Amino acid sequence: MSALLEVSELRAGYGAVRVLQGIDFSVEAGEVVVILGANGAGKTTTLRAISGMIDATGQAVFVGRPIIGRRPEQIAAAGIAHVPQGRGTIVDLTVDDNLRIGAYQRRDSEIASDIDRWYTTFPRLKERHAQQAGSMSGGEQQMLAIARALMARPKLVLLDEPSLGLAPLITQELFRTLGELNRADGISMLIVEQNAGLALKLASRGYVLETGTIVISGSATDLAGNDDVRRAYLGI
Amino acid sequence: MALFLTQLMNGIGSGAVYASIALALVLVFRTTGILNFAQGEMALYSTYLVWFFTQRSVPVWIAILLAMIISFIGGAAIERILIRPVEQASPLVLVIVTIGMFLAINSIAQVQFGNDIKILPRAYPNKTWLPGGVQISSDTLVLVGVLLAECLILYLLLNRTRIGLAFRAVASNPESSRLVGVPVGRMLMLGWAMAAAIGALAGALVIAPVGLQGASMQEILVYSFAAAALGGFDSPLGAVVAGLIVGVAGTLTTQYLHAVHDIELVVPFGLILLVLLVRPSGLFGSRRVERV
Repeated sequence: MSALLEVSELRAGYGAVRVLQGIDFSVEAGEVVVILGANGAGKTTTLRAISGMIDATGQAVFVGRPIIGRRPEQIAAAGIAHVPQGRGTIVDLTVDDNLRIGAYQRRDSEIASDIDRWYTTFPRLKERHAQQAGSMSGGEQQMLAIARALMARPKLVLLDEPSLGLAPLITQELFRTLGELNRADGISMLIVEQNAGLALKLASRGYVLETGTIVISGSATDLAGNDDVRRAYLGI
Repeated sequence: MALFLTQLMNGIGSGAVYASIALALVLVFRTTGILNFAQGEMALYSTYLVWFFTQRSVPVWIAILLAMIISFIGGAAIERILIRPVEQASPLVLVIVTIGMFLAINSIAQVQFGNDIKILPRAYPNKTWLPGGVQISSDTLVLVGVLLAECLILYLLLNRTRIGLAFRAVASNPESSRLVGVPVGRMLMLGWAMAAAIGALAGALVIAPVGLQGASMQEILVYSFAAAALGGFDSPLGAVVAGLIVGVAGTLTTQYLHAVHDIELVVPFGLILLVLLVRPSGLFGSRRVERV
C-alpha cells in the first residue's frame, strides 16, 4: 500500500535563499510522524511547502495525487489541514466562528454536530464559544487551532511546533489529546517540534532535519535511543 | 432652536454621504489594508455612468442600479489588476498607486464625458417638510434611508452568510484563512467591489442636487477620510457614527462661524489632527486584544 503522503526531493525557500535542499519523507495512513530540528533547520518551510503556502519543487504525492504547485485552497480541499506556528488564531472572530471557518469547504449538514463534537473534546473552548478568539490564553488558542483544523475533516493534520510558548503541563495535556485523536479517530499527523521528548512518545516514526537536509530517520524508539538525537534534542 | 435643528438635520444628511464613503474606505482598508485615495474618484466615475445611462433615457433608479453593478465589477477588477501586483509592497507604494488611480480615473472621466457640468435627473421628488419650524428635506431622508439600508445589508451579509464569515476571517488573518481553504484573493476583490458599489450609490444621490463635474467628489472624500479616521479605519460602525458627526460639525460650523469663507473645511482636517494626537485607533477602532 502506498503512503498517505510521499515526499521526495522537496526543495523550497524564500527568494534566492534555498532552505530545503531536497528532502524525502513519508506519512502512512493513521500514523504520527515527527520531524525534529533546531531553529532554522527548515521545519516550518517543510510544512509550508506541503500546504502550498510557498513555492516548492520536487514531488509530493498525497492520496495518489501530486500536490506541488497547487494552490493552498486546493490542497486544503484534498484533505490536508495545517495548524501554523503561533496557532494562526483568527483573533477578531469568535471561537464559534473560528470553528465554522474551519469547515469553509464543507457543504454537508453535519458541521454543527462536528462543532459540538470538538467542544466535547475541548471543553474549555465550549466555555468560551462566544468570546473573541484573540483574548484566550496560548493553550486555549492552540486547542482552537487544532479543533479548527479538524473541522475540515482532514486526512492529514500538519502541526507546526504545537508546544511553542505553552507551559509544560499544558503541553503534556495537548500531546495526550493529540494521541487520543490519533488512536480513537485514526487521524494522521505530521508534527514538527523542538520538544523532542513528548513528540517522540507520540510519534511512531521520526526524521531529524539539519540545515535543510534529513540527517537521521527511523522509528521513534530508535531516535529516542540515538546518541546524537539525545544530545541535540533531548538534552541528555 | 429651529435653526439649530434645521442645520442639525442638514448635517445628518451630508453626514450620511460621508458615512457611506467612509464605509467604502473601511471595507477596502479592512481587507487589503490600503487607504484608497481613489475612492472618491471611483464614485465620480460611477456617477458619470449614471448620467450616461439617463442620457439614453434609462429611468434614473435603473441607471443607478446599472452603475452600481458596473462599479461592483470594476472595483473587483481594480483590485485584481492594479492592487494585487503591489499587494506586498510598502505602504508608501500603495499610497502612490491609489493617488495615481485618483488622477487617472479623474482624467479618464473628464476625457470621456467632458468637463462641463452635468445635471443628473433627480431620483425622487425634492420636497421640504416643516415640522415645528424645522426644515427637513427629502434629500436628508433619502440619504439617511440609503445609509441605513446599506448598514443593514452589510450587517446581514457579513454576519449571517458563509461568504461574510470568510470575508471577516480574511480581514482578520489572511494566512489562516488561506490554510482552511478560503479563496483569499476573491475576498479582497469582494471588498473592493462592495466599496465601489456603495460609492456609486452615494455619489449618484449626493451629486444629483448640485450637478456633476470633475471636482465633485474631492471635498466629500476629504470629509469621508476625516470620518474614517475619527471612527477608526477598521470599524464599519465607527465610519457611520463618525460620518454623521463630521457632517453635523461641518454644517454647524458654516452656520455659526460664517465670517470666514470656507471655514467649514477646517473641520475635517482639525478632526484628523485631533484623532491622530489623542486616539490614533479612532473612536471605534480596535486596539487589538492579542495574547501570545
